[in-house]
Amino acid sequence: MKQRKGFSYARYGYLFSLPFIVAFCVFSLYPTIYTALLGFTDCKGLGNTTWHFLTDEPFKNFVSVLQNPSFIKSLGNTVKLWIMNFIPQITLALLLTAWFTSHRHKLAGQGFFKVVFYMPNIITAASVAILFNALFGYPTGPVNDLLLTTGVLSTPFNFSINATAAQLIVAFIQFWMWYGYTMIILISGVLGISPEIYEAAEIDGANDVQLFFQITIPNLKTILLYTLITSMIGGLNMYDIPKLFLLGGPDNATLTTSVFIYNQAFSGSYLYNRAAAASMIMFLIIAVFSGVIFLLMRDKDEGR
Amino acid sequence: MKHAKHSNGTAFKIVAYTVCVLLTILSLMPFIIMLINSTRSTYEIQQHAISLVPSTYLMSNLSVLLGKTFNPIRGFMNSMIISVGSTACTVYFSALTAYALVAYQWKGRKTFFTVIMCVMMIPAQVTSIGFYQFMYQIHMTNNFLALILPSIAAPATVFFMRQFMLSSLPLELLDSARIDGSGEFNTFNRIALPIMKPAMATQAIFCFVSSWNSLFLPTILLTDNSKYTMPIMVGLLRGDIYKTEHGAIYLGLTLTILPLFIVYFALSKYIIAGVALGGVKG
Repeated sequence: MKQRKGFSYARYGYLFSLPFIVAFCVFSLYPTIYTALLGFTDCKGLGNTTWHFLTDEPFKNFVSVLQNPSFIKSLGNTVKLWIMNFIPQITLALLLTAWFTSHRHKLAGQGFFKVVFYMPNIITAASVAILFNALFGYPTGPVNDLLLTTGVLSTPFNFSINATAAQLIVAFIQFWMWYGYTMIILISGVLGISPEIYEAAEIDGANDVQLFFQITIPNLKTILLYTLITSMIGGLNMYDIPKLFLLGGPDNATLTTSVFIYNQAFSGSYLYNRAAAASMIMFLIIAVFSGVIFLLMRDKDEGR
Repeated sequence: MKHAKHSNGTAFKIVAYTVCVLLTILSLMPFIIMLINSTRSTYEIQQHAISLVPSTYLMSNLSVLLGKTFNPIRGFMNSMIISVGSTACTVYFSALTAYALVAYQWKGRKTFFTVIMCVMMIPAQVTSIGFYQFMYQIHMTNNFLALILPSIAAPATVFFMRQFMLSSLPLELLDSARIDGSGEFNTFNRIALPIMKPAMATQAIFCFVSSWNSLFLPTILLTDNSKYTMPIMVGLLRGDIYKTEHGAIYLGLTLTILPLFIVYFALSKYIIAGVALGGVKG
């Protein structure tokens, strides 16, 4: 009797995961395979749903994407913008984490600072992009107004036609939106480290700087790696800010791969096949990083 | 020695507070400028774009804003339908899937969980071309269901809920419900779901916000003006028709950001705790 009951309960395991499995197959797995296939076809043109496989040169789309100077530039931009935002972001987040978790000096108002620093992260990125576009307006935007009144500049500066300025601003927006998030993740990681380790080190006479580099950082290794890889995946898909801040300009300086894919597929000649090939190239790059994350998390889960 | 340490601590505090106050200004300033400029006329903004004194042009900015294509009420309603729909789908079905993983022993359970973790990190964006073509073929573009139904499968939420369930759902409770003759689906709804409430609330906030803020897929799928979501609507402010209407642009931004501000400051305690939890779980 008991045996039979146990068997019949297993049924519910399948039954209850069925909605997830169906939704996943229909809306995730099938589109993924479809995208991969489209990369090998001649599918283009607005609203076109008929296509043929390229039998002569199956990799034609992939080759033409990889030879497209705009794609190469967008890939370079994406990596550059990500690095330009991640290094200051992780540095500041680590510094704030060290301050907020210091055993010797308790800083008051931490709750308030956390709420304020995290806040930009929750605001619609599209709105943030347009807001910064207005803030950096030429010739009479608020930033120019500030720089002129304080005497830093004598004539207004046109941020939107300068490639370096545009890249710096996009990287800054990303940094500004994400350092608070990273800080909260790191602080919660530090709070998870056993206090006894710190006490022992303090008895041995270690100062704050030594504690930070010899105890905090090594113990945060997994979380730092997790932050690094998730930030990288997010960075490789950067779309909202570069798309709406300066529409990928000036002169493609803020064109990211996601904006490139969007432009290929949904503007001009609607090259779905090229966009699909570019997506798959990005997919492969991201899959490699996901693999690394997966290995990390599985190890952690088994240790639980 | 003690004295040196004391002054050392004071110096540390001065530096730390200075940096924190500067960062606070950096976080808030863009929004303060936005709020104030939405009450100022375009002429005033062109004279001096930064002012700490609100002006009296709120209503005239509003009429300029609404006189064109920008329709915040429609955008708000559309975003609301999609976000509420996908949040409900994500939270309910993720809890159900996590329940299947925790409460039952079945073949393939481990493999299933491994697959969930594998696909967790893959963003929808890279497969969007196939998704668009598929939706186009079955005439689901400009249909909100195309943005709501995919949220039934939310691997990261399932992962989070499973971890929560492992630590806070006593399996004995389910056994005693069975003895009382409760059906399995009923047990899930009546016993497991109430216990899951804290985890569901946290996940609901993040799911809602990410759905509300999402731009890429809605831009691709929703081409009909009347279906535009708030982030697509915001993009219109970038267009030529508002080029010289600075006051109206700031007001449009304010209208899109204000609801999020209110929600954030009302729930900030839970949101910050939720972010921290994500870090520990991850």
